[in-house]
Amino acid sequence: MAANENREELSAFSDALAVLGAGLGAVLGLYLTVYSNDPVMKFHGALLGGTSILGALYVLSSLTGKPGEPRDFYHDSPIKFAAIAAVFWGIAGFIVGDIIAWQMAFPWLNFDLPWTSFGRLRPLHTSAVIFAFGGNALLATSFYVVQRTTKARLFGRWSPWFVVVGYNLFIVIAGTGYILGVTQSKEYAEPEWYADLWLTVVWVAYLVVFAGTLMKRKEPHIYVANWFYLAFILTIAMLHIVNNLTLPVSFTGTKSYILFSGVQDAMTQWWYGHNAVGFFLTAGFLGMMYYFIPKRAERPVYSYRLSIVHFWSLIFLYIWAGPHHLHYTALPDWAQTLGATFSIMLWMPSWGGMINGLMTLSGAWDKLRTDPVIRMLVVSVAFYGMSTFEGPLMSLKAVNSLSHYTDWTIGHVHSGALGWVGMVSFGALYCLFPWLWKRRGLYSMRLVEWHFWLSTIGILFYITAMWVSGILQGLMWRAYDELGFLKYSFVETVDAMHIPYIIRAGGGLLFIIGALIMAYNLWRTARGDEPVDAENQPLVAAAPALREKLAAAE
Amino acid sequence: MLSKHGVFERHTWLLSIGVLIVVAIGGLVEIVPLFYLKSTIEKVEGMRPYTPLELVGRDIYIREGCYVCHSQMIRSLRDEVERYGHYSLAAESMYDHPFQWGSKRTGPDLARVGGKYSNDWHLAHMTDPRSVVPESIMPGYPWLSQRRLDASEMAEKLKTLAAVGVPYTEEMIANAASDLEAQASPESDGADAVVTRYPKAVIGNFDGKPDELTELDAMIAYLQMLGTLVDFTKLDAAGPNLR
Repeated sequence: MAANENREELSAFSDALAVLGAGLGAVLGLYLTVYSNDPVMKFHGALLGGTSILGALYVLSSLTGKPGEPRDFYHDSPIKFAAIAAVFWGIAGFIVGDIIAWQMAFPWLNFDLPWTSFGRLRPLHTSAVIFAFGGNALLATSFYVVQRTTKARLFGRWSPWFVVVGYNLFIVIAGTGYILGVTQSKEYAEPEWYADLWLTVVWVAYLVVFAGTLMKRKEPHIYVANWFYLAFILTIAMLHIVNNLTLPVSFTGTKSYILFSGVQDAMTQWWYGHNAVGFFLTAGFLGMMYYFIPKRAERPVYSYRLSIVHFWSLIFLYIWAGPHHLHYTALPDWAQTLGATFSIMLWMPSWGGMINGLMTLSGAWDKLRTDPVIRMLVVSVAFYGMSTFEGPLMSLKAVNSLSHYTDWTIGHVHSGALGWVGMVSFGALYCLFPWLWKRRGLYSMRLVEWHFWLSTIGILFYITAMWVSGILQGLMWRAYDELGFLKYSFVETVDAMHIPYIIRAGGGLLFIIGALIMAYNLWRTARGDEPVDAENQPLVAAAPALREKLAAAE
Repeated sequence: MLSKHGVFERHTWLLSIGVLIVVAIGGLVEIVPLFYLKSTIEKVEGMRPYTPLELVGRDIYIREGCYVCHSQMIRSLRDEVERYGHYSLAAESMYDHPFQWGSKRTGPDLARVGGKYSNDWHLAHMTDPRSVVPESIMPGYPWLSQRRLDASEMAEKLKTLAAVGVPYTEEMIANAASDLEAQASPESDGADAVVTRYPKAVIGNFDGKPDELTELDAMIAYLQMLGTLVDFTKLDAAGPNLR
């Protein structure tokens, strides 16, 4: 009885805190809406104020709910929100990406309008896929995984909701800002100072929820997936804060000037940029791999020792790799050499992770044939291995002198982003939807097959087109004629890219079609439609609570 | 040895501190020295802060995302030096908050584009790139010549940059708004003062509209100064700058 009262008091306290926080957000947002001279700041203030008011109303309305209502042991509603957001933003981000790919083949598609021009849409694409799609996939899976592997409910009553809603508010502020011309031009860190501050608040809450859940765990040991998620959360906090140190021109305006300049700013930016790859797109998604592959394959992780060795070496080495983005520039040579050296060394822990993921399939390889979700997860790890081999290669100064500034880099990024990050997230979402919505399986496995093949073929078109255009352009830039003059003008090298650009955009289109099929399939699954091919689905596709009954029925 | 790892797996805070220490090292070693080394902080003759008009042009360059397709960093490679000019020095971007080195060359490098084309060419090219370069895939920016320049926060912008280390003098800040207008009005009295305060500043009626100060004026003023400040006939970059 005492424990119950205690809990009621605690939840009343969190309700009060949530309403107070939302009230603060509403006041701040409305203040900016009224007093700022900057139209974009007015709009973003209104977004903050509006979301805060809706949040406060939601918290207040839940107070009048039936008090005796039994709650699930795990807190899954914010996870559902983030999982749906991941699908939505993924498709939005892929479509913007394909639009700008077509713009490069047919420039009239820029329409001579500010809001549709390549320079504004490109950051919208990168942020939508990395931070909106990838970020929501990481939020959803990390909250799911940390609960299941600690046997504890998420820490906090409203804070998990604050994290997912606040994070998506950041996405909307950042994305609408780009279209309206608000950017600080640091790649993958384009949002201006006020969006950065908001993200910092949300990120601290994320760390508190995640680490708080770890601390109240019922299991003696912290599972390996959580090491990776924790490293991702902590390191992204460090990178985000240092790279975005900036001084606003005024506190009611959007514009700011970054604290560092020139070579110091360049080094800081690529220290951040490369580790956005290393920690956001790698460590976080390795956490995903370390839960969903063993779960889906129903096999233990291949090697515990390998996980320890590759975890610590990966996070130590990755941080050093940034300067390989700055070869032959005004950055001192010693820093460039350090960057290249550590990038080569990074190959080892990367492949350690790949081996650990792939070999988890030991004794269950037949599932590649029978379960397209497993196939998706495994192919993602194969793409991870491929792009982490290509990366060190491209970080060598001799190779980089050719590849840098060309489409080869774009192809490399996309073999990692579409192949690894995309496919492992799709695999995880295919697992999560039936598990979260308590269904007996996916609506259709056949549609997963279609998604798998469309996206795999799409990726292959994409990266081969970019290898061709990148290497071709790099060679043309440095070609000399027999008299010792540069052989090609710059615009001749642009002209030569036309066909590869069309093939790339076509590959992207296949990838989008696959993602749309996934969205349909997941929607039918969540809605509760009976699977059309239940007999083809492994037992593990069903929600954990249903498996026993299903097994007995068989 | 690996059995000792259990201690990290049992204590969240220990794991967190371990991670933070391990991920802090690389950045400290690679970034901190850049604030002290001669080759990365030395000044080179000719470098000066941007004029107000150039600065606003640079802000528009950033707003429109020009950096996603154009680099401003000539690497020390033979073909680049022959195509674009002397390789870029660290000092040449020392007043760039943030830097604009870029990472992709969908279009050519712009580090030394200043003075290579006429104002009229830039006007035509920015409005409709394919009217002067038929194979170009650059978007058109016709709206720049239609928008009046927003000069409202000019002095505040200079003050902010001064606070992060750009040597804007009080005189520069006091005259920020008038310098902005004067640089695009060759006949005005203030034009000479702009050149005195900011040597080598290009004065001109950039967008072909003498009575109106537009965003295109600022953009072209910025492009026309890029890479022109350091005189490489006098500076031996391989001397004290040898990397």
